[in-house]
Amino acid sequence: MIARPEPSPLARTTITFVGIAFVCFVFADVAITTVDPWQEFRLLLIGIVTPDFYATDSVALSIGYTLAFAFLGVALSNVLGLFLALLFFSRIVRTFCAIIRAVHELFWALIFLQLFGLSPLTGVLAIALPYAGIIAKVYAEILEEADPAPLKTIPGGTSLLSAFIFVRLPDAWAHFRSYSMYRLECGIRSSAVLGFIGLPTLGFHLETAFKEGRYSEVSALLILFYVVIASMRTWMKRPLIPVYLIGAAVILPWGVSFSFDNIVRFLTEDIVPHPLRSGAGWDALWDWLYLMVFEQAVPGTIATVQLTMIALVATGFLTIVLFPLISPLLLGKASRFCGHIFLVVARSTPEYILAFILLQLWGPSMLPAIIALTIHNGAIIGHLIGRYTETVSLRQDASKGLNRYAYEVLPRVYRPMLALLFYRWEVIMRETAILGILGIATLGFYVDSAFADLRFDRAILLIAITALLNICVDAISRSVRSRLRLQTSLKQQ
Amino acid sequence: MSLLEIREETVGYSGATVLRDLKLTIEAGDRIALVGESGSGKTTLLNLIHTRLGDAAALVPQELGLVQALSVFHNVYMGRLHQRSVWRNLRNLFLPAKVDVALVRPVLERLRLEKKLFTSVGELSGGQQQRTAVGRALFHPGDILIADEPVSAVDEHQAREILAAITADKPTVILAMHDRALAIKFADRLVGIRDGAVVLDAPAAGMKPSDLDDLYRNVEP
Repeated sequence: MIARPEPSPLARTTITFVGIAFVCFVFADVAITTVDPWQEFRLLLIGIVTPDFYATDSVALSIGYTLAFAFLGVALSNVLGLFLALLFFSRIVRTFCAIIRAVHELFWALIFLQLFGLSPLTGVLAIALPYAGIIAKVYAEILEEADPAPLKTIPGGTSLLSAFIFVRLPDAWAHFRSYSMYRLECGIRSSAVLGFIGLPTLGFHLETAFKEGRYSEVSALLILFYVVIASMRTWMKRPLIPVYLIGAAVILPWGVSFSFDNIVRFLTEDIVPHPLRSGAGWDALWDWLYLMVFEQAVPGTIATVQLTMIALVATGFLTIVLFPLISPLLLGKASRFCGHIFLVVARSTPEYILAFILLQLWGPSMLPAIIALTIHNGAIIGHLIGRYTETVSLRQDASKGLNRYAYEVLPRVYRPMLALLFYRWEVIMRETAILGILGIATLGFYVDSAFADLRFDRAILLIAITALLNICVDAISRSVRSRLRLQTSLKQQ
Repeated sequence: MSLLEIREETVGYSGATVLRDLKLTIEAGDRIALVGESGSGKTTLLNLIHTRLGDAAALVPQELGLVQALSVFHNVYMGRLHQRSVWRNLRNLFLPAKVDVALVRPVLERLRLEKKLFTSVGELSGGQQQRTAVGRALFHPGDILIADEPVSAVDEHQAREILAAITADKPTVILAMHDRALAIKFADRLVGIRDGAVVLDAPAAGMKPSDLDDLYRNVEP
């Protein structure tokens, strides 16, 4: 008789995370508080099927602004990111990049809003800065993976720059290009969401239209948004990039002025803890810190972690349900076509917009945030895993239907799926914090309230704590992935 | 009445012809070894036979078709997935039922793999993986077994054991083999393929490995 072995590390990790998420869920507030959620939902559905593209001129303009911020932000971040990637051997640069990318673009926007007001600079920098941190890391990894063999073949005395341009860059260039395309797609989503804090992008009009119950306009805005993202590969051509960049620079309303004094005051006074600024002494500083930590940072962090864990595990569950929708191993062509459309819509809708819509329908609780994070991220990973199954070939006599799913397909994709899921853990956490701006008690809620009260010292402290939390989760995720030998590159499987 | 009759002018895939003027009749109870150089068309012929016979035949493809992340038990159990309810299969995926483990174990004992019952296939050696794939085919309830080089990764002694197990279990066996001596020993009918054509179809009894030399001679000098 052979003893059954211990559960595999993969199974153990799964059980642990499901357990944690379950405990988090037990303590979560997931009530639906609106009086008649389905009435509003019915109205929304009616609006969705009757889109009104001529509601206002603002529809086209808001898409234009959304693209303009994305173009300029992503272009700037590419330049900055490549430059930083070249300096990535330095620990200072690596730390700097980790910090700027740990702060969500919406938080950056809230900060830049204090510095530059509603000037386009706010939106462009809010996208460019965190993206530069991400791009630097990715480009540095790409450069590192470039084949080192040709370096040995170039003649001695070749300058570092020529060696770089002739040997390292050509290899990496194709990767840079495809990653930039992906970043641009993210940039368009981020840019749309920036509207929720007052920039003239899609989110701004979406919020107004939604709050006034003009659901046909909401529908038109969203449909245009999906079409723009889904058709990206057809209009995003290399020769057109300068045209787009110049166009973007021209249409943005640069006229908004900002005062230099304001910037100096924000950086040297406003963000200094209030007791220090007013010279109230150490006791006052202690009280300030005590208040910040125990009444805001700790409850905010607990809610953020709680929501993140629930969303992470729920995303995993949704992924294994969604990926078959586009998998040629499991479904026919017609069904896959519908699956593709569903996944494009689900992953193109930013979590923030989904959460906003659900919050209007169900009232404030963790539920809208959980559902929004799960749908968006589940669709992203489901899409990647579905595509991955295209490369899996089964034996000729493999079983069919649910048996095939459970025995042939799921075991083969489980490992890459966990890799992607843990890879996205940090992204989910960053997004969870942000959803606080909508009124869910995660860290973003406290940050947003601090900005609203013009208590910038508090806001900056809370943003720093949020960034720290993201960096921690990133480190935990990396250690889990390396312990389980999970590779993020799907080709490795 | 024959089990299968194949009459094809040409067989191939994506435009390329692999087999020509194919005439082959398979009777129930045949033990056929396909012999010939690699690239001669053995795999194409096996796949064609498998397609024609459908679910009645168990298959051991050359690339084995194992699920690396699952255990040996699961991979062997997969030979009977189609006979069990989906719910039973799902249950066995997470918590193997004693009954089914008891059914799978004897198969593995014959292949000397019983100690690896709950080891994932990804951790096994090439030979052990090959035996797992054979185990899956033996566990398949059909009377026909089709295998493409089923003993290429094990030593001579084990190869004999595996072939003995296959031929004892399944009345009808169609194997692609590159080892001529083993082919003559375990098959009762040899089908030789050269350059996409069946050039030999004869009883194995009384043959010597050197009788098959023609199959392996280069066609072009």
